[in-house]
Amino acid sequence: MRRIIDGNEAAADVAYRLSELCSIYPITPSSPMAELADEWASRGRANVYGSVPNVIEMQSEGGAAGAMHGALQGGALSTTFTASQGLLLMIPNMYKIAGELTPTVFHVAARSLAAQGLSIFGDHQDVMAVRQTGFALLASTSVQEAHDLALVAHAATLRSRVPFLHFFDGFRTSHELNTIDTLDDDVLRALVPESLVHEHRARALNPTRPFIRGTAQNPDVYFQARESVNPYLAQVPEIVQQAMDELATHSGRHYRIAEYTGHPQAERVVVAMGSGAQTATETVARLVERGEKVGALTLRLYRPFPAAAIVAALPRSVKRIAVLDRTKEPGSQGEPVLVDVVTALSDAVTAGSLPSMPIVIGGRYGLSSKEFTPGMVLAVLGELDAVAPRPRFTVGIHDDVSGTSLDWTEVDLEPEGTFRALFYGIGSDGTVGANKNTIKILGDRDGTNAQAYFVYDSKKSGGQTVSHLRFGSEPIRASYLITEADFVGCHHLGLLDVLDVVGHAKPGGVLLLNAPGDGEAVWASLTEPVQRAIIERRLRVHALDASAVARDTGMPGRTNTALQAAFFAISGVLEREPAIAAIKESIRKTYGKRGQEVVRRNEAAVDTALERLVTVPVPDAPTTDRPVPAVVPHDAPEFVREVTAAMMTGRGDDLPVSALPVDGTYPSGTTKYEKRRISDEVAVWDADACIQCGNCAFVCPHSVIRAKYYDESALHGAPESFESAPLNAVGLPQSRYTLQVYSEDCTGCGLCVEACPVTPPLQVGRKAINLEPAAEQFDTAPERVAFFESIELNDRSRVDYGTVRGAQFLQPLFEFSGACSGCGETPYLKLLTQLFGARLTVANATGCSSIYGGNLPTTPWTTNADGHGPAWSNSLFEDNAEFGLGLSAAADLHTDLARRRVTELRSELGGDLVDAILGSPQIGEAELAAQSLRVAELTDRLSALDSPAARDLRSVVDHLVRRSVWIVGGDGWAYDIGSGGLDHVLASGRNVNVLVLDTEVYSNTGGQSSKATPLGAVAKFAAGGKSAASKDLALQAVSYGSVYVARVALGADPEQTLRAFREAEAYDGTSLIIAYSHCIAHGYDLKFGLDQQKKAVDSAHWPLVRYDPVVRDRGGNPFMLDSPRPTIPLAEYRKRELRFRLLQASDPDEAQRLLDLAQHAADNRWDVYEEMATRGAERFAPDPRSRV
Amino acid sequence: MSLATRYLGLELRNPIVASASPLSQDVAGVVALASAGVGAVVLPSLMEEVVRQREVDDFLEVARHEDAFGEATTYFPEPLLDEVDGVGQYLTLVREAAAAVDVPVIASLNGASLGGWTSIASQLAAAGAAAIELNIYAVPGDLSMTGASIEARHVEILRQVRGAVDVPVAVKLSPYFSNTGIVARDLVAAGADGLVLFNRFLQPDINPVTMSVEPGVYLSRPEDGRLPRAWIAVLRNEIGGASLAATGGAWSAGDVAKGLLAGADVVMVASALLEHGVGVVGEMLEGLQAWLAGTGLGLDRVRGALAVPAGDSAEATQRAGYVEALASARARWGDLGHL
Repeated sequence: MRRIIDGNEAAADVAYRLSELCSIYPITPSSPMAELADEWASRGRANVYGSVPNVIEMQSEGGAAGAMHGALQGGALSTTFTASQGLLLMIPNMYKIAGELTPTVFHVAARSLAAQGLSIFGDHQDVMAVRQTGFALLASTSVQEAHDLALVAHAATLRSRVPFLHFFDGFRTSHELNTIDTLDDDVLRALVPESLVHEHRARALNPTRPFIRGTAQNPDVYFQARESVNPYLAQVPEIVQQAMDELATHSGRHYRIAEYTGHPQAERVVVAMGSGAQTATETVARLVERGEKVGALTLRLYRPFPAAAIVAALPRSVKRIAVLDRTKEPGSQGEPVLVDVVTALSDAVTAGSLPSMPIVIGGRYGLSSKEFTPGMVLAVLGELDAVAPRPRFTVGIHDDVSGTSLDWTEVDLEPEGTFRALFYGIGSDGTVGANKNTIKILGDRDGTNAQAYFVYDSKKSGGQTVSHLRFGSEPIRASYLITEADFVGCHHLGLLDVLDVVGHAKPGGVLLLNAPGDGEAVWASLTEPVQRAIIERRLRVHALDASAVARDTGMPGRTNTALQAAFFAISGVLEREPAIAAIKESIRKTYGKRGQEVVRRNEAAVDTALERLVTVPVPDAPTTDRPVPAVVPHDAPEFVREVTAAMMTGRGDDLPVSALPVDGTYPSGTTKYEKRRISDEVAVWDADACIQCGNCAFVCPHSVIRAKYYDESALHGAPESFESAPLNAVGLPQSRYTLQVYSEDCTGCGLCVEACPVTPPLQVGRKAINLEPAAEQFDTAPERVAFFESIELNDRSRVDYGTVRGAQFLQPLFEFSGACSGCGETPYLKLLTQLFGARLTVANATGCSSIYGGNLPTTPWTTNADGHGPAWSNSLFEDNAEFGLGLSAAADLHTDLARRRVTELRSELGGDLVDAILGSPQIGEAELAAQSLRVAELTDRLSALDSPAARDLRSVVDHLVRRSVWIVGGDGWAYDIGSGGLDHVLASGRNVNVLVLDTEVYSNTGGQSSKATPLGAVAKFAAGGKSAASKDLALQAVSYGSVYVARVALGADPEQTLRAFREAEAYDGTSLIIAYSHCIAHGYDLKFGLDQQKKAVDSAHWPLVRYDPVVRDRGGNPFMLDSPRPTIPLAEYRKRELRFRLLQASDPDEAQRLLDLAQHAADNRWDVYEEMATRGAERFAPDPRSRV
Repeated sequence: MSLATRYLGLELRNPIVASASPLSQDVAGVVALASAGVGAVVLPSLMEEVVRQREVDDFLEVARHEDAFGEATTYFPEPLLDEVDGVGQYLTLVREAAAAVDVPVIASLNGASLGGWTSIASQLAAAGAAAIELNIYAVPGDLSMTGASIEARHVEILRQVRGAVDVPVAVKLSPYFSNTGIVARDLVAAGADGLVLFNRFLQPDINPVTMSVEPGVYLSRPEDGRLPRAWIAVLRNEIGGASLAATGGAWSAGDVAKGLLAGADVVMVASALLEHGVGVVGEMLEGLQAWLAGTGLGLDRVRGALAVPAGDSAEATQRAGYVEALASARARWGDLGHL
């Protein structure tokens, strides 16, 4: 059957049908495979043997591999889907599984590994890290192959008993949509007959015929036993080829384990694996047409290495070979495929099967989904032609440091008749979704092949998306981005100023702009370089105010339907009328079940778009001299101007190696240079109505609302647009107050409006802060913000930290992150930096917070005027608690050292100063400020000394101001993958603080169930409603007796949150704060996030508690229940959120049953808490640590 | 004496029907009403605007985050999203309420526009609704629609729903037509199995202290029953076999008796139950029994006894009532001068 699916679905479709069990853990870019398996299982789809596979989500990939090992030993056909760090966590089990000759297939969307930085994108570093485990490795080059070779892998593993890892390139293949022919169940059964399954089961552990497997072995036999598997591995290449041949008889598609294509007398050959091999093959084919003697060898089976097949496949004429590796092994003699090929050739020469040794060179390409294009293949073949080819090289980058890189020029080798289209959009506008739909419309027609690939940036709100679509009569094998398109759609006009959009349009092509006004007005709105490029390229330009269409048809922000209609109307890919009919048909098909009104509005958007589409007249010369605005300010630091700005404008690929830091160290606070203007509506302050409570600033997830009070004389020189009001506090006459909105950074989430308690009289529906059209605010925002920043910050020691009103005057050192609009996590991080930012060290678990907190190009953790601010790092997902403990231990060590040295140097440095420093309790802002001054003075005095002790002290003197080490992460980390480490840290008694940003679901990877997911909530892997209660992490921590514990929800009780943060930080021991964080994965407009937080507390879903061991030591009850008795039932809290409503719709009885159980559990927990809150101190575990 | 009643072709044990109110918003409430003795229960209205807006809101909310970020192109299990149609909870209520009680459970659809209702109506019928009450509620204030077009829309909505379901369909009307009687007759001609007179125009109020507009939700008073009774009396013998329900102002057995005398098949109650609890139903039934016994007549004889006889001029009857009312007013308060 012909279908348009992506590589993940292609592989999973086969894996699922040939498995009884899938044990998985979500990780990008493999998660969709597991999600599909779960979806199919929940729909009751059977495998080819008639049973519905069991899909188990584990707590980590290590857990998934362990469960799988067990299932395999139990005789179940088991599979898993993973990538990158996940695969690394499976390594121990992979040795076991392979050592025990256990058939299984791991399907891997191959991805980079975290080294100097994490990357979610594709290369072969992960699979190369397991090549030594004993698994067979089979590589697919395309979506079709990901489907076909999945079957080959499942067949070969059962036939050979050698476990298989089937991989394809992450994103490039896993996320590419392409037209493929799918395999029927009959074919799957033919290649994997039930008899093989029965043999597998017969080898299982079984008490009716028991044996022991997994022994401990001694020096006498371990070695020999390790060698005993050799014959099994030796026959794998033949078994795999046999399965491929059988597949060919059923499908007509013939693969070889090492497949040569090209000139029969080729002299130069490129060897590659994965999607790069497809590009090499296609490029070589064009060159051969021109008579060049070149070839390409696609390596599909990589382990066991098919040396004989490779030697046999190469034409005897070959003189020079370039082996390409999509990985890096620093310090190695060569990357693995190169070394293997060289060894194979050398062995062949030794054995006499090859007359002489060709010249073999090796190069790295394509790390982290770096483009690999026909131009680069030409460069590699060109290098082979050189008199003295470089033995090692890179291609695709400019390496001006080690000089490894080849120069290349892009060439267009795509077949005639392929229609190429590019669409530039932003995350929430639905561009990608519409394009997925478009290729399904086009690809559904007979004889049409379609391909779509989508590039996303790393911002979760307002991120750029670029859709690359190809259609044609030939199968589309171009596994690289489109550089010149017949059609370019710019769905967000602002992108014209940031990216080279027009430059990607083919001369004579069509450009569609989402822009307001008639044709002339649209033209006039363009900058000179854009106008010039349009003229030079002779583009036909059309425009549509899709934002207005979306608004007018009742789908604000949803511009995709209108723009898709415009694409079909003007691109010429289909006749206009049938195209429009097809869109409407597709709308009915796609949205029919989401409600008739949804269908009606989308159809209306199509009609309205067609009515309003305008042609933009293109004159002969530009009509303006307006330049493209600067991306970053001219006074930004050099690194930001030269490096960061290049990444922001899509020119990061052009940065040479020398531009980048060698060790992953980047400057703090760069989001402030990226004024993204992503929202059509921004918050606007009503100075007259405002009561200056600070609520809005407190809840703002993006730190765009700041407050200062100042003497009115400071207003001198203020721009007219700058607003202020008399300060409404006693004792400070002549003081003014300003609430400054950083309009260009506002995401328009509306949380501030909801948080505002003011309803000005006679202004129905308005508050003292409101969302208003952004355009007029943008004009004056820079001057207002600049003036606001010129006003002195309020003295921290004069601000009342205990109140929201006071906290608004503290400078946030976490700002303008790319988190989702209305994010529930970031207000806590902002608060953390407001309270402790200048002394803060953060260990951040991988997840949402590490992405919006640490994904290039710009990052939000910033510095104060002294240059102090959070020191931030991300190690991994699973090890964050341990990582933070290490940071804390280092800080303790160096604090002790500093104190020792200061004591030693007391006489030189001054007794009074040293005594004051050593005696300072460093609790409270005034005392900390004083300590900072003392340490500055000490540092000054220290500069005059030059003894070894003084030099030693200089290296650690900063530690005399108490550091605040925080371990930060989400519930996926704290409850699941990092649970063991977190538990250990909580038990450690060390002075380190833990902040769990609890969204009750895996947010970053797309809403998978975690152990924090509430009973009855729907999530991926809990489609039938989570059927286990969530873990009470707070009570677990309380049980240690020595841990300060708080459960907070700033939308419900901000002052309790403030209190908890300050107590936790001050506590001389381990602290844990669990913070309720609303999330887009809950399924409602996040402007109601605070309301939901309140309801979570009011319904006792999220009781606010604090447990303070210090109180117990003083004889008081350390367990404080800070929220009042429940005032609403759980159902009232749950009714707004889609995660609960979905089950109500799909299975009302089960929804009710789980709701009742959840209510029962909440009631019980409340009773327990209430009882605990009224106990005597003696009934709590004492803090066993001795107090110094 | 038997209180058994036929309403919309359904057999009811008595003519007191719980009208749409918060009391019937969950199964326990419906059970309580049935136990209290009502002849049938009308569920709260499924609001058209709410359903439609929720569909769109859910769609936009989910769509806003789909395909926006490389690590997560979706956030919910895909198949479930197809289940969100906005009526799921209501259907559950219909299903469970119908199963839980042995009196008819009538679903109520509240809307003001065309389209979309037919599928929901058939889902309601499939879920076990004994009948559907269409509450066509057009908020006055749209100055662009003529009276005739509003009337035509009522008929069209009824026709669509009538064509989609096999269960009886009643229409709950507003009294604000130039000629309510003609609208009523047209609806019956278009297939309405009954008319419920009237829905209430919940006028918002103004709070002078906060200087804001407040939604107007208030309980009916006994005198609110007069208007529906007047129209029922007019229509009783003009609409063939279609049923009539009086709603509004029924606080006592006496009010029920008045409705029946005017020609109502059933009298609906809500405010009294909200105010005094569902136990009031028992008292009303007892009172009704006592009154009926006192008349010595059966329910069928009493029903419509004071309706405008077929062929009589309704205008004359109403005019006569009007003249009498003025006369009685004069007798009580003296001459009103300008009248």
